[in-house]
Amino acid sequence: MTRRLSFPVMLASMLAPILAPVLALSPVSAVAQTALPPAPYADTQLEDPALEAKARDFMLTIRCVTCQSQSIADSNASMASDLRSEIRTRIKAGEEPEAIRRWLIERYGNWISYTPTADPVLWPLWAAPVVLLLVGGTLVGTRLKRRKRP
Amino acid sequence: MIAETGLAALWLAAALAALQLVAAWAGIARAETDLVRLVRPVAVTQGLLTGFAFLMLMLLFLRSDMSVALVAQNSHSMKPWLYKFAGTWGNHEGSMLLWVMVMGLAGMGIALFERSLARDTHIATLGAQALISLGFYAFLLFASNPFARLDPAAADGQGLNPLLQDPGLAFHPPTLYLGYVGLSVAFSFAVGALVTRQVDAAFARAMRPWVLGAWVMLTLGITAGSYWAYYELGWGGWWFWDPVENASLMPWLAATALLHSVSVLATRDGLRAWTVMLAVVAFSMSMVGTFLVRSGILTSVHAFAVDPRRGSFILILLALYIGGALALFALRVGAVREGNRFEAVSREAMLVINNLLLSVLLGLVLIGTLYPLLTEALGTKVSVGPPYFNSVAGPIALGLMVVLAIGPVTRWRRDTLRSVARRVAVPALVAVAVLATVLAWAGGWIGILPLLGLVAAALVGVASLAPLWGRNLRRTPLFTYGMVLAHLGCAVSLAGMASESAFSVEKLVAARPGDVIRTAGWTVRFTSVQPVAGPNWTAMEGRFDVSQGTGKVQEIRPQARFFAEPPTNTTESALLTRWNGQLYVVLGDSLDDGRWQLRIWWKPFVTLIWAGGGLIGLGGVLSIIGRWGRGWRRLRRRGQAESYA
Repeated sequence: MTRRLSFPVMLASMLAPILAPVLALSPVSAVAQTALPPAPYADTQLEDPALEAKARDFMLTIRCVTCQSQSIADSNASMASDLRSEIRTRIKAGEEPEAIRRWLIERYGNWISYTPTADPVLWPLWAAPVVLLLVGGTLVGTRLKRRKRP
Repeated sequence: MIAETGLAALWLAAALAALQLVAAWAGIARAETDLVRLVRPVAVTQGLLTGFAFLMLMLLFLRSDMSVALVAQNSHSMKPWLYKFAGTWGNHEGSMLLWVMVMGLAGMGIALFERSLARDTHIATLGAQALISLGFYAFLLFASNPFARLDPAAADGQGLNPLLQDPGLAFHPPTLYLGYVGLSVAFSFAVGALVTRQVDAAFARAMRPWVLGAWVMLTLGITAGSYWAYYELGWGGWWFWDPVENASLMPWLAATALLHSVSVLATRDGLRAWTVMLAVVAFSMSMVGTFLVRSGILTSVHAFAVDPRRGSFILILLALYIGGALALFALRVGAVREGNRFEAVSREAMLVINNLLLSVLLGLVLIGTLYPLLTEALGTKVSVGPPYFNSVAGPIALGLMVVLAIGPVTRWRRDTLRSVARRVAVPALVAVAVLATVLAWAGGWIGILPLLGLVAAALVGVASLAPLWGRNLRRTPLFTYGMVLAHLGCAVSLAGMASESAFSVEKLVAARPGDVIRTAGWTVRFTSVQPVAGPNWTAMEGRFDVSQGTGKVQEIRPQARFFAEPPTNTTESALLTRWNGQLYVVLGDSLDDGRWQLRIWWKPFVTLIWAGGGLIGLGGVLSIIGRWGRGWRRLRRRGQAESYA
């Protein structure tokens, strides 16, 4: 299902940099600070190094939504430690990282995943390198050939 | 009175910038020779006045004058003097004044030291510089006056963000700003040359030292910022693809491309329009960076001084300057004769591929950074983070490394594939040897990017020295050494990055004093935890006796600090540097049962990342000295230095 961009939408997207500061003023609501004891696996590694590496790699791709641009693997926030514990527990139980990602996205939205998902709105992002290389390469290529002739 | 004096100096400087613009315009468009004589002295005076205004602000911070709003909001009388001093630019207004001062001083530099540029282009360049400065004066005076008074005066200040209370604050922002604003000089040169239609090799030679200077500053600023984030944030990361980091990386990528295209223009008189375009793009990226940092529209770890209204102001400046420059470019590009043609196998072609890859990299970082804004406008909130940037930028950066190995050993004008292949044979063999060694000894799969990174580092490390082979080392010009050193720096830095991501060992553990932790060949004995106090903080300090293998025992002391003004906790990690890596220890939270949460990393060869950055910067400095020296000698021979006074 592809959505064609209507002109007002395009205009709005161009104005986004101007409007965004106004829109973005509402701060991300902080997840309640828990008074509970720290979660068991927040800062404790899994016994199996392979599983720990898997968990670690995955945690680096999950945003700490209460922080300023940090992954949950790099943050002291309570939200981050809770999620670290949750993820280690799930990985230990044999769950696959991508399944956990789906669960997280369901709960927190796309915003939580640093890895762009397969959402169609993100397709241009993955096309960008190919398009840029092709366009640039063609430009350079034609120029070289043209310049070769005296 | 100090604040008022500073403000007066700023207004005067702004008025002089207007005069400079008018005089330059009159000189170029009307050939008014009397007015033109004003341009250079006015530029110098303007530079001095901005410097004076900045000194006044610094004085206010050092005296902790709480009747000045900016000081009251961002400083505190109990702060150590270094942070009062550096706190001058640790806030929005102060950092914009720093920006304006650097711009003023850069204008002064162009007026005083630029001797090889054609006279008309020189005047037009100073006019363009005045025009850019005017916008920033307006921004400073109308939207972010650093000298505004507070009535009644505050009893004491609100303090500086504790994360910024680090010697890094004294070095990182000014260096980066010198780079950002240095690129405004390249922009003004480009505009000046477009106005006078003199885009040629002489223009490129005149512009090159300025581009090099700005690029060196950006390189050092980014390197310093990366190391600061690495030890201050306490999680061992050194690059987060944070929007503000990207904002500094984009001008650097543009400046790196510009640096290389300028050398094609200077040496072979090719890539004329492209070089001018890149000069415009490079400064645009500086302004985009400033806009992103100052507006706070993107979530960033740098969000310590943001204000959306100011974002709009910068956005308008950005649109005016970049739009104006691009319009001028479109009008004049027809008048810029096509430069020299070149062959597919030649140094020029390699530099074009370098420019292509750097531009693609720049485009991807820009798209990735701004994409969340775009989707948010469409109603979907997404994150574009390290996984995306690593996977798209990594392969392109590796491609760039291959070009870097081949380019410097390829001849200008025309070369053959066979002779180029012969010259890179040795580095290629070394790279293959490294590949085999890593595969055999790494003890497991280390990931494709780190593996290729190590191989590319070996390739470039050897190939970068190739331009010195078979040469009389004493007669080799200084700028060749500069190039070799900078390229070697790329290899060193890449080796550090690859090694860090492939071989780091992490140990998270809860321990009580007396416990011994063994990880990655290190013995870490947790001896005690002591309360300690600094000038404006208190901390719990862990004491650890650490030793590697049977080596000597050393004590390290990581801290968990608490700042009262404003109330904040920070971690001060303890680093122990060895020739082959760093041990990184962080004291975390205390648990109920008397144990402490510890984070310990052994990061093999991680220091190479920043050592490489330093080498790149040093290479740039050698090149500047070499180029400038040669330019001066050439001018003196021709006796032009006197005729142009």
